[in-house]
Amino acid sequence: MSREPVAVTGLGLVTPAGLGVEASWRGVLSGRSPAAKDPNLAGVAVDISCKVPEFDATEQLGRKAARRLDRFVQLAVVAAREAIADAGLDPDGWDGPRVGVVIGCGMGGAATWEEQHRRMLEHGPERVSAMLIPMLVPNMVAGQLAMEFHATGPNLVTATACASGATAIGVARDLLRSGACDVVVAGGTEAGLTPLSIAGFAQMGALSVRVDDPTGASRPFDVARDGFVAAEAAGILVLERGADAAARGARVRANLAGYGASADGYHITAPDPDGGGAERAMRAALADGDLSAGEVGHVNAHGTSTPLNDRSEAQTIRRVLGADVSVTSTKGVTGHSLGAAGAIEAAFSALTLEHGVVPPTANLESQDPEIEVDIVAKAPREQAVDVVMSNSFGFGGQNAVLVLTKA
Amino acid sequence: MSAVYDKVADILAEKFGVPTDDISPEATFEDMDLDSLDLVEFALAAEEELGVRISDEEAEDLKTLNDTVSLLESKGAKA
Repeated sequence: MSREPVAVTGLGLVTPAGLGVEASWRGVLSGRSPAAKDPNLAGVAVDISCKVPEFDATEQLGRKAARRLDRFVQLAVVAAREAIADAGLDPDGWDGPRVGVVIGCGMGGAATWEEQHRRMLEHGPERVSAMLIPMLVPNMVAGQLAMEFHATGPNLVTATACASGATAIGVARDLLRSGACDVVVAGGTEAGLTPLSIAGFAQMGALSVRVDDPTGASRPFDVARDGFVAAEAAGILVLERGADAAARGARVRANLAGYGASADGYHITAPDPDGGGAERAMRAALADGDLSAGEVGHVNAHGTSTPLNDRSEAQTIRRVLGADVSVTSTKGVTGHSLGAAGAIEAAFSALTLEHGVVPPTANLESQDPEIEVDIVAKAPREQAVDVVMSNSFGFGGQNAVLVLTKA
Repeated sequence: MSAVYDKVADILAEKFGVPTDDISPEATFEDMDLDSLDLVEFALAAEEELGVRISDEEAEDLKTLNDTVSLLESKGAKA
């Protein structure tokens, strides 16, 4: 396969930091977490979350889509619209069979599942909605985008838990390199803020229990971090081969230079304490982009705010890239949007390259002494950076690392 | 129009988001942009609101709102 660079020509974001790319970027630069008590989670031990502000499905998508699409699909449709418009592409005019869709999703229609399960228990199986399956299955997000945008090329959903969005972008890149597609709409989406899902994460001990201080709960790399704050979000990138983007005069927002993937093969949820799998993915992404470790100026870390991830990730970053690279976790602001996270963070990485600004890690008051890397905290840092690494690691031990370079 | 018709029109507007201008006795489910999955949902909603069950076989034969109201009334539906 050709190793020519792939261009990121469009961005779309629907995140707790804001509705739209500009609002989301402003939100992460503010360094303020929007986490709050979540009425849907009343009665669950952890009843805080990061929700997308001002998202009204009926207003955004109309009543039919509001009724027939689970929220994880709704968020992705809105983000994809923004990304495709940003790329200056017109779905009515493009060669649909040459346009692929690859979207990462960890959970699928969790809210639909829970609502219909309750219905079955209360009213019997004959009252279960005929829309249960089409709203539940995770692949429906890619199918819906195909319908919405006449994108009838290869179409799939990737599931690597919290790495799903980054995996999707890597797979999309391969579809461009192989020549299977000319354009790929790629990214991730998640909307699993339901009592059952959150109770499950809480029982694992994965979530912050700082429920009386929601905005201080997600504190990646801080010594007092105690888990992640669950979030919903969607992030979409439009990808094209660099030569195609140049030929049509597209504005290239960043280049996707490298992708590396690996598995820990270690434990169902805990990261390998030696960071072996993460390290292999990081090195693979660099090799894929013909880049050396010394060329990386910044890492948008997975940085979930769990005690285990942040320590092991920071140690791996130091081992692979050295102590001088700047590191941030935008999850301090956005919370952890699981299958969407890798995609929204790829978008934030592109914006860092474009603007020469690194967003701060929210709530970093006292850096964990075992974390010996340069974490950007308190305020945005101006840094002209040419190469950014974006890490994503999933439960299950799946690692996906993207390397983006300045356009 | 009958009370059952009014109830059915309410269900279509409220639960299915059909614009009220599109709701008329002669309107087909297709006219109202409702597909076969919606029809199953509609049957469930009608059962809850009107207390009569539309079978899958009966649902297949429904074309217009009038057909639907007639069927529901023949089965004893009272709004």
